[in-house]
Amino acid sequence: MTGQTMRSIRFFGGGRCGALLLLLGLALCALAAPARADALDDALAGFTADKYDDTEKAIAALVAAAPPNGAEILAALGSGRLAYEPESRTVLVRHADGKLSLARTGEPASAEIAGKPLKTVRVNNRIRRAVEAGSGAFALRAPDPAKRAAAARAVFRSREAAALPAIEAALAAETDAGARAALEQARAAIIVSKPDAPEAERIAAVDAVAAAGDQDALAILNSLPAGSPQAVNDAAAAGIAKIERWRSIANLIQNLVYGVSLGSVLLLAAIGLAITFGVMGVINMAHGEMVMIGAYATFLTQNLIRAHAPALDGASLLIAIPVAFLVAGAVGVAIERTVIRFLYGRPLETLLATWGVSLILQQAVRTLFGPSNREVQTPDWLQGSIEILGVSLTLNRIAIVLFALLVFAGLQLLLRRTSLGLQVRAVTQNRRMAGSMGIRTARIDALTFGLGSGVAGVAGVALSQIDNVSPNLGQGYIIDSFLVVVFGGVGNLWGTLVGALSIGVANKLLEPWAGAVLGKIVLLVAIILFIQKKPRGLFALKGRAVEA
Amino acid sequence: MSRYRFLDAAGLIFLGVVLAMAVLVPASNLLLPPDSALHVSDYLVPLLGKYLAFAMLALALDLVWGYCGILSLGHGAFFALGGYAMGMYLMRQIGPRGVYGNPVLPDFMVFLNWQELPWFWLGFDQFWFAALMAILVPGALAFCFGWFAFRSRVTGVYLSIITQAMTFALMLAFFRNDMGFGGNNGLTDFKEILGFSVQAPETRAALFAATAVALALSYLLCRWVVTSKLGKVVVAVRDAESRTRFIGYRVENYKLLVFTLSAMLAGVAGALYVPQVGIINPSEFAPANSIEAVIWVAVGGRGTLLGAALGAFLVNAGKTWFTGVLPDLWLFALGGLFVATTLLIPKGVVGAVTDLLGVRRKSELPAAQSIVAAAKSPAE
Amino acid sequence: MVIGGRTTNALLYLDNVSVTFDGFRALNGLSLSIDHAEMRAIIGPNGAGKTTMMDVITGKTRPNSGEAVFEASHDLTRLDEAAIAELGIGRKFQTPTVFEMHTVEDNILLALKTDRRPFPVLFSRRTPPEKERIDALLERVRLTGHRHRLAGELSHGQKQWLEIGMLLAQEPKLLLVDEPAAGMTDQETADTADLLREIAKTRSVVVVEHDMTFVRDLGVKVTCLHEGSVLAEGSLDAVSSNERVIEVYLGR
Repeated sequence: MTGQTMRSIRFFGGGRCGALLLLLGLALCALAAPARADALDDALAGFTADKYDDTEKAIAALVAAAPPNGAEILAALGSGRLAYEPESRTVLVRHADGKLSLARTGEPASAEIAGKPLKTVRVNNRIRRAVEAGSGAFALRAPDPAKRAAAARAVFRSREAAALPAIEAALAAETDAGARAALEQARAAIIVSKPDAPEAERIAAVDAVAAAGDQDALAILNSLPAGSPQAVNDAAAAGIAKIERWRSIANLIQNLVYGVSLGSVLLLAAIGLAITFGVMGVINMAHGEMVMIGAYATFLTQNLIRAHAPALDGASLLIAIPVAFLVAGAVGVAIERTVIRFLYGRPLETLLATWGVSLILQQAVRTLFGPSNREVQTPDWLQGSIEILGVSLTLNRIAIVLFALLVFAGLQLLLRRTSLGLQVRAVTQNRRMAGSMGIRTARIDALTFGLGSGVAGVAGVALSQIDNVSPNLGQGYIIDSFLVVVFGGVGNLWGTLVGALSIGVANKLLEPWAGAVLGKIVLLVAIILFIQKKPRGLFALKGRAVEA
Repeated sequence: MSRYRFLDAAGLIFLGVVLAMAVLVPASNLLLPPDSALHVSDYLVPLLGKYLAFAMLALALDLVWGYCGILSLGHGAFFALGGYAMGMYLMRQIGPRGVYGNPVLPDFMVFLNWQELPWFWLGFDQFWFAALMAILVPGALAFCFGWFAFRSRVTGVYLSIITQAMTFALMLAFFRNDMGFGGNNGLTDFKEILGFSVQAPETRAALFAATAVALALSYLLCRWVVTSKLGKVVVAVRDAESRTRFIGYRVENYKLLVFTLSAMLAGVAGALYVPQVGIINPSEFAPANSIEAVIWVAVGGRGTLLGAALGAFLVNAGKTWFTGVLPDLWLFALGGLFVATTLLIPKGVVGAVTDLLGVRRKSELPAAQSIVAAAKSPAE
Repeated sequence: MVIGGRTTNALLYLDNVSVTFDGFRALNGLSLSIDHAEMRAIIGPNGAGKTTMMDVITGKTRPNSGEAVFEASHDLTRLDEAAIAELGIGRKFQTPTVFEMHTVEDNILLALKTDRRPFPVLFSRRTPPEKERIDALLERVRLTGHRHRLAGELSHGQKQWLEIGMLLAQEPKLLLVDEPAAGMTDQETADTADLLREIAKTRSVVVVEHDMTFVRDLGVKVTCLHEGSVLAEGSLDAVSSNERVIEVYLGR
């Protein structure tokens, strides 16, 4: 939230300066007319009187004159950076960096004036309140419609009856639909809570408030002044019911969105496993460490780029993707060639050996990089958040959802449309036949395992954005990943997609009533029971192929 | 042939060694002066006792994995549950000596502002009850888990994964304060067991002896099971499950029996472990612990009870040594052990030694048999 | 008993059994009836549904539709493998599956018809009558001299015979035998045919076999399966002169 809005909230919430508000409201009525130059001059002159009364009047005059830099002037006044040169009575704004500009025009002050002795406009608490009030009024007609809307929301929350004229004046001038809606809701909020407003108007206002549909609207309707007519109370009750209905839907949507976000993290973590475990049948307990290696590759890439090619800093995450793929893939191929290939057909031994590999990799990383967390920076273009369906989502979460789907699609294409994919499928379906058709099965094994590991490394790039990059990073994902793959159905990438998303969504839907940890436990138990009921997962392969 | 005998030479030696330890270690600790070369220090007694408890856990695990082919990655959960049952008894023995001096409620409950003892803590002031629960609770969990899993024929890796998920879920649950098991910190600061101070060397020596005897009894029990006809059926299940079914054995019932028995044994091991180490906390449920127990069995030699117990002893002694001398290298060593064992000595130390000793006899056998066969077939 | 509107006194009765795997019809309205003490040879090309049929009879696979009835009173589609085995249906697999880590003797011991529940098994001790049964069976499958060897050390043919011995130890009323002659020498094949003929004097036997010489040796009624249903049934001569059978299976 900007400082501007913060102030306006305080202002409208204050309620102690109702009279001043009225004054400002009247001043705002003049908004429709273009700001006159002499009005501004008069207002600025008030700041040079060195009297609190004059300063307070000057604030009202400034609001009425509404110069483009009015908010800036008020901000300077509030923080003791508004000064004047007593001789020429020129009002100056002192900026945070020490530079001066003319309050009249906003232009930089000439060296001549700047060189003279300056007096700072004095501020006391009364002035500060007036400044806050004025800022709120400026916010209501700030050039940015979003700021205007935010100021209106502040009034909506405060229901300060005194703000009604200001709101109505702003409403008359408002052209932006969003800001207009916010202003109308603010007006309705005031009228609903106003005992002396006509009954019909209050009932109509109830609907407008209910349409806002949030916690504040609920608070407004729940705290109508005592002695309100029965019809108004009834309308409010209906409005409350409506809001609660809407809020439960909004909650559901929010949990769904968060669930998809979690699901895509699970998908990323599990999708490499869907290749090594699902397609090849290799139980790779070091899968989580491939993710961890990918995250460390990201960390190294970022540091190298920062040190040697700072111009590419913004793209370092993108560059890290192929790097992580290659590093994790190479480690995967090495593991396959030195350990796993001797254990084909012995899944339980593979499980133990790869667990050993995972311990070695963890300790190796711990020895090389230390046991503490390494920071991978989020590039500018992934910072911030946007609102989807009323749910605020950080950009990096959204990027992970998209990235997970991209990786999924890429893998599907690779397996379905390329000759490597064809060979992988051939070898996994009938190794001996594939071998006799001239496919070098050992090479395909190594490549497939490398592919799965590489994809895990790519997942590490994404997870470095939301998780601590530490040697234990992979441990946190291994059980979840296996559950996702088994739940979805081994050997079926689509199953992994559906499995990951449904586990993610189920987890987030469980959280509100079970809490995060208990929700996770409930989910684990549910998956265990599900696997016991359907050992082949959601999308089971049937028939003879399974028996082999 | 030795495989049929309830007790073979190696088994007798093992029992002899364990029982000798039961007598000699406490005796040397209590009777010999500390500067004697044969004195077992106060530090070493509970450490060795811990190894013995681990050896029991290894026996339990070998019963299901080595003989029945069920690779449980969740046996640490049964061990920890047994440990918690004993821990609850020890907590209640603290009585008013806790920090808050509440005669009934353990300190952590007072800290959480609980007013009365949760129902599942009732009865744990009695040793016999706690001991019974240390067996029954893991057994009941294993029974319920196995009932569903074996009936729906979850096998192999799938079973391993869900056993791992089981212990993971339990770990998360026990980390929660409102579960009523002390949350993060677990149960600790024990004072007395059966009226004897848990810190006293005499108590520790007695606990050690009890653990050694329990290990010997567990060995006898396991040996009895695996040499019975049931043991043969169980091995048949391991090697050719569907064949066993088609002969008419209801495989799930056999697995259930062995799995439950094994969980109970693990529970006893946990109950003996806790008073010696003085603490039980949720990290005992960590999946990594259960997998580590598997490697004890693998190193020693699965499918041989001796190997399992020996493996637990060897690996843990190695762990103590490494973490003391070269702490950074321990995980490399453990990881290397996993890889090397599965790749180089899949039958473990005992299996490899048996093979070496049996090489001559075996190479003679097929030749002799084929001569017999050749002589017989034309005549018929 | 009345089944599907008809009365039957056959030992095994399959009526209109269908099994589908992912759209592939492994069995397609298969009907088959085996009498008491009858031996039947089943032939047919790969994928004709021979193994699936055995899976249905032994409870490994549940049919999508149709009936499988044993002794006119037991619905095989509702029982599991163990229950069906205890009813008296024994099965020998295509590739010999014996308990390789057990001795030959123990293999037979485990198969002996006894209480199969875990606790009785845990406390059971081998009785003298059991020992006699084992001796007799080992003699019959010519493995007496190998009784203390591990089953895994036996030759392929010996394993086949051990498996037949285990089947007999179960004292089944019906034996399902999948390709017993596969991988055997000519002499062993002939011996196996003799053994099966002898068994069939008292029990019903269903033999699945590709080896036509072996089938001729058996000299019994033949059923030819094709694409999951019965293509032809009758004496070997009649079946092998059937136009369709020649076309899909025997070749011209």
